[in-house]
Amino acid sequence: MKLVMAVIKPFKLDEVRDALTAIGVDGLTATEVKGYGRQKGHTEIYRGAEYAISFLPKIKIEVAVKADLAERVVETISNAARTGQIGDGKIFVYDLNNVVRIRTGETDADAL
Amino acid sequence: MRKSTTLKTLTATIAAFGLLGAAPAFAAVDSETAYILNTFSFLVNGALVMWMAAGFAMLESGLVRSKNTATICLKNIALYAIAGLTFYLIGYNLMYLDVTGYIGSFIPFWSPDDTEALSGIFPDGGYSASSDWFFQMVFVATAASIVSGALAERIKLWSFLAFVVLLTAIIYPIQGSWVWGGGWLAEMGFSDYAGSTLVHSVGGWAALSGAIILGARKGKYSADGRVTPIPGANLPLATLGTFILWLGWFGFNGGSVLALGSAANAIEMANVFANTNMAAVGGVLAAMILTQLMYKKVDLTMTLNGAIAGLVSITAEPADPTLGMALLIGAVGGVIVVLAIPFLDKLKIDDVVGAVPAHLFAGIWGTLAVVFSDAEATFVTQLTGIVSIGAFALVLSTIFWLILKYTIGIRVDEEDEVMGLDKAELGLEAYPEFGRGSQTL
Repeated sequence: MKLVMAVIKPFKLDEVRDALTAIGVDGLTATEVKGYGRQKGHTEIYRGAEYAISFLPKIKIEVAVKADLAERVVETISNAARTGQIGDGKIFVYDLNNVVRIRTGETDADAL
Repeated sequence: MRKSTTLKTLTATIAAFGLLGAAPAFAAVDSETAYILNTFSFLVNGALVMWMAAGFAMLESGLVRSKNTATICLKNIALYAIAGLTFYLIGYNLMYLDVTGYIGSFIPFWSPDDTEALSGIFPDGGYSASSDWFFQMVFVATAASIVSGALAERIKLWSFLAFVVLLTAIIYPIQGSWVWGGGWLAEMGFSDYAGSTLVHSVGGWAALSGAIILGARKGKYSADGRVTPIPGANLPLATLGTFILWLGWFGFNGGSVLALGSAANAIEMANVFANTNMAAVGGVLAAMILTQLMYKKVDLTMTLNGAIAGLVSITAEPADPTLGMALLIGAVGGVIVVLAIPFLDKLKIDDVVGAVPAHLFAGIWGTLAVVFSDAEATFVTQLTGIVSIGAFALVLSTIFWLILKYTIGIRVDEEDEVMGLDKAELGLEAYPEFGRGSQTL
């Protein structure tokens, strides 16, 4: 099993969700996060004085899938989240050791 | 508020009121009707001015951080109450009763005397005593409101309120007696229709001296002179507050015609409404265009200040200018705030809401601009009024601030400032369930 974690532009969340649903992913966790990468921050202006916003708002999504689906998930997310502009985000893939569905007690692949 | 010449001519017709269309043209209304209409004008326009207190409260709430919101709300309602109390205790009599050139009378506890009217005698331009008292009282509150925004987010609540007592009981009524009480500046011919100098600049001088003595908010200016903006918590509230002030200003300037007993009065009041509106239009557009040119982005809060500056600019003479001239007078006010805000930042004077540029600087401009439309006003007398009232307000304010600073103290300690005055001074939060409030995870 794999855990695919991706940091994407917030306005791309709905497109990513729709694309993942289309390839059979039934669940996803999304978190509002802040961070910076190559895009760095940006400046805002208030009453004539500029100030730097060094952490940009992003959405972090996490999807747990069977190992054979992981590559397609990565491909789907990167296609759906891509604008071609700086700041599109990154995808990280982890190995996933255990999964438990709390309601039924099912484990691992049955719990996904 | 000056007694205009049109006020004395009761030659108007009640035909202006559609119901009585059959009345002969140019028949004066009877003196009791004029008395009723004059009183009505003071009451309705005064109620509009009272509502400006709500405008200031919302404007200031929007421009402070959410940790100081409840405190600024409390200060605004408290200062309005204090202004009402002090004007009753000594303010009105000090400003209007038997003014001997430089000061009125120290007779406490003002009370209305309407015996003449109750016995059926109505002098030209007469009105009920309490309607006048009420209308003048809400102006004092406006002057005090100006101070609270400039000093927000770091002043002690009770020290601020103590200053409000001194401002509304002493500074405001004494300088007011010089002009509206018929004192020496009025005799010299100084003209300030609704108070660009008497109300707005006086509040502005008190705010300026307070802001300097109090010092900037922690973190606003770095040691190397850089400005760190401290964005306000709620710009929709700031915008609503500005609209409320704009609405209230029709009462502020319109009521300052001081009469509604003739068609001539009604025409003057209508012109005042239109000019007041047009000056705010000029202030908004000028601030928008200038911030776009200077910063490549339109600055909302400076645009809001532009509206206020336009309104302050026209307040010294809202009756005589043409609409086009009112637009230009207001537009200059808008330019003044946009240039003055970074200028004050250079001097490290931290005025949270832009009260000094909008009320003091635009007030000075508006008082000078009277000479463009009022042939009787001269540049020298206008400048004399600005300088003498400015010096009086600045010196007295400075003395009062320093006394407060070295007795009860005026600034909260650093830890309280960082925590926010709402928790430090009031022990509550304005938004416990939103943002970083305690009731969210």
